[in-house]
Amino acid sequence: MTYSDPIISVDKLTKKFGSFTAVNAISFQVMKGEIFGFLGANGAGKTTAMKILIGISRPTSGTATVAGYDIYKQTEQIKKSIGYMSQRFSLYNDLTIKENIEFFGGIYGLTSRQIREKSDALVEKLGLQDKFNRPISDLPLGWKQKLAFSVALLHDPKIIFLDEPTGGVDPVTRRMFWNMIYEAAYRGVTIFVTTHYMDEAEYCNRVSMMVDGKIEALDSPARLKEKFGVNSMNDVFVRLARNQDKAKVQ
Amino acid sequence: MKGFIIKEFFHIFRDRRSLIILFGMPIVQILLFGFAITNEIRNVNIAVLDKARDEASERIIEKMLASGYFVMNGYLETEDEIEPIFRKGKIKAVVVFGPDLDRNLTAGGIAPVQIIADATDPNTANTIAAYAASIVRDYQADINPNVTLPLETIPEVRMLYNPELKGVFMFIPGTMTVILMLVSAMMTSISIAREKEMGTMEVLLVSPLKPVQVVAGKVLPYILLSSINATVILLLGYFVFRMPMQGSLLALMGTTLLFIITTLSLGIFISTVAQTQQMAMMMSLIGLMLPTIMLSGFVFPIDSMPWPLRVLSNIIPAKWFILILKGLMLKGVSITYLWKEVLILIMMTLALIGISVKKYAIRLA
Amino acid sequence: MKTIFHLLKKEFRQIFRNRAMLPILFVMPAVQLLVLSFAATFEVKNISLHIVDNDQSSLSRDLTQKFLVSDHFKLTGISFSSDEALDDMQRHNTDVILHIPEHFERDLVRNQKAKLMLSINAIDGAAAAVENAYATTIIHDFNENIRIRMADQISLTGQPKVLSVTQSFWFNPELDYKTFMVPGILVLLVTMIAIFLAGMNIVREKEIGTLEQINVTPIKKHQFIIGKLLPFWILALVELGVGLIMCRVIFGIGVAGSIWVVFLFAAVYLLVVLGIGLFISNFTHTQQQAMFLSWFFMVIFILMSGLFTPIDSMPHWAQVITEFNPVRYFVEVMRMVMLKGAQLPDILPQLSKLLVYALVMNGLAVAGYRKVA
Repeated sequence: MTYSDPIISVDKLTKKFGSFTAVNAISFQVMKGEIFGFLGANGAGKTTAMKILIGISRPTSGTATVAGYDIYKQTEQIKKSIGYMSQRFSLYNDLTIKENIEFFGGIYGLTSRQIREKSDALVEKLGLQDKFNRPISDLPLGWKQKLAFSVALLHDPKIIFLDEPTGGVDPVTRRMFWNMIYEAAYRGVTIFVTTHYMDEAEYCNRVSMMVDGKIEALDSPARLKEKFGVNSMNDVFVRLARNQDKAKVQ
Repeated sequence: MKGFIIKEFFHIFRDRRSLIILFGMPIVQILLFGFAITNEIRNVNIAVLDKARDEASERIIEKMLASGYFVMNGYLETEDEIEPIFRKGKIKAVVVFGPDLDRNLTAGGIAPVQIIADATDPNTANTIAAYAASIVRDYQADINPNVTLPLETIPEVRMLYNPELKGVFMFIPGTMTVILMLVSAMMTSISIAREKEMGTMEVLLVSPLKPVQVVAGKVLPYILLSSINATVILLLGYFVFRMPMQGSLLALMGTTLLFIITTLSLGIFISTVAQTQQMAMMMSLIGLMLPTIMLSGFVFPIDSMPWPLRVLSNIIPAKWFILILKGLMLKGVSITYLWKEVLILIMMTLALIGISVKKYAIRLA
Repeated sequence: MKTIFHLLKKEFRQIFRNRAMLPILFVMPAVQLLVLSFAATFEVKNISLHIVDNDQSSLSRDLTQKFLVSDHFKLTGISFSSDEALDDMQRHNTDVILHIPEHFERDLVRNQKAKLMLSINAIDGAAAAVENAYATTIIHDFNENIRIRMADQISLTGQPKVLSVTQSFWFNPELDYKTFMVPGILVLLVTMIAIFLAGMNIVREKEIGTLEQINVTPIKKHQFIIGKLLPFWILALVELGVGLIMCRVIFGIGVAGSIWVVFLFAAVYLLVVLGIGLFISNFTHTQQQAMFLSWFFMVIFILMSGLFTPIDSMPHWAQVITEFNPVRYFVEVMRMVMLKGAQLPDILPQLSKLLVYALVMNGLAVAGYRKVA
């Protein structure tokens, strides 16, 4: 399967905090329907770049469009077309599952009927019937993450941004989580996911590797492994990081 | 333990905004309140309904305005105007002179002067009515120079500690106490609740540190901060507001430190009850603010309250510290005169710490 | 509109879900209104008195007796030396010392004049002035009595000219402090709830991380601010209503004017207060900072409101500052409407000032809220 229709286009996007350059002139495209892995070590600038794309942070320079909208002028249109799940759990712990769904569905402008249908389907899929009217704080972390993902998909966004969605989750739940991602992708949702689990990179159609604010590599996992002559994405990453360190020393 | 205390200091000093608030706010408040807050009654707006319009009424009005208590805000023509003018709120009293004051006086009759006060504020009303009446009586004495009274008892009044009856002397100790009380109690309770909410408290509690050490480590930096605050406030009181410093400086510093520790233990106690920062704040803000201002003798005299409140006021730490401050600074007594107040503060501190330690211990067991 | 409705629903659910918080929001203010209203009195009662009677004559005993039967004084000590009395005062045991010197009676009868000494603890200057007035009145009465008793031994020279002074106290003839204080204390409690809840709210979501989630939704800035404002606005109005009922039932203080004027004014007033709270919330990063700021403003609002101490007695610059204190206006208006029956036209100046204030504060709150990380 090939993807040719770009839904995110980024050109020389830069973000500086004072003298520190968090994102250094990155350029890339994400195609409609693909699972795009945005990889890098902690502090490489992944989250900063993502926050620019979802319209809650302004870049210093460069251009980008998300779902056809400009990230400088049309942030509110962008927000209608995307879903977002942050690395901090950000549903309301003191509200029940039902109430969280009602709230987020409501502010995305869904009708109460849509909300009811969606939440029924969602609860059935996740098997949360008995916990539907319990505060979220009672749920284990893995469930919370799956729920947050489903809530981010509630308004049928074109793109969903996932910031370290599986941080701190056990391997089995991570596996289940990725199944949910595949399902969404199958329905045509574009997935933009940051992670530092290199095994998860294997699940993506294409991955970009970010080191110190720059994109050092961008291709499908298979071709990246081939290019660096290694067997796993982890090794690709280690190579890249080592090259970077060498460059610094020189 | 040392490293832990240093961490706390870092937390506090890295947060520039909180620092400005912490040190700036008390200074602003003490200056503002020291100059502005007084329960003296001055510059009261009055209106006059003068049916006499003769020498006597004019002389009395002159005397009133010269006293500094009253500001003339216009003349009325009829009684009907009084109520609407009170309802507007600005004018607090109307002085009514009956017709033909002069003639009544010279004819040996009785000349009526009526003072009508807006008693929605009973304190102002009572005070200005008394002032006005005494001014009229003064005038009466002026026009009766030859009448001497027999068998006269002459009370010689000495106003001790504050001969000029300055409001500042009453309000500086109170302001100081309220600021220290709220800042220290609030800061500790929130800082501990914050660690609980963030989950970092558990990390500290599973460390080899004893719970007591954890809490002591949290509190120590605040003792220092509050001491700096207290010193600044005392210096402002002394140099800006000319508060006397009659008693021993050492005793003042010692008791201030004691009070700071009392309020910090109150903060610790609140944090054992509150699970979230929000709870801790609401408890220390809504729970402490008004009772501390109103039941400590800061604004209202405790002796005048109904007895259940007089009893209740005893559990307000601020009450005892205000007494200590007044004793040491204004009355110039030695610390031995204040053993009761000091002992009560010590007991309160021990009780609060005791309960808190017990609560922490239960949670750990 | 629907978006705002969803925000409202969510806030109310969070407020009422928090079981630990509910008593603080509803019970604590009610208890404080009930208890503290009795504390707020400048009336000077139970003045602790120490008597030093060095004369021990029948006249000195008469005078002592007159003090003892007075409602204002309570005897806390008797001694024969001024030093001992002073010591008592330094221990905070007594506030007024009446010293009757030796030969008081003899001097009075022989010389027609005798001295008495009153020493008053004047740290609370205002109370001292009142204590002085009470004590001198008693001495004055005592003086009149002995004049009448010894009328045969005295003669008046000249015919005095007499001005009769009558005092009348309108709206509150009993000079009851509760009538004056209860409406004001109610204002404070409602204000505290409103400002603290609003002040903590947005910054709390910032700290927890849920604000970021809301920022990536297409919600409009004004919708968000209104959604944050309305729940507390409604809550505070309900608390005001409960408080007014308590005033009526427990203290017997009804609204002399129209209750709708009170609520109209409160509606505008609360917009100001909540606007200030949200403004604070916007410009702080942690709940701790937000709380310190709200505390700072609240203490200033309380003490500079004219509730406890008169604004007229403040220096001019401080009176100017009170113009920016919303609490001042609400306290004023509550007293005007509840106690004096002021009508809408009477409170228009205050109302229009607050309207402007509300627009500015909420404008700032909307402008200051940025949908960024």
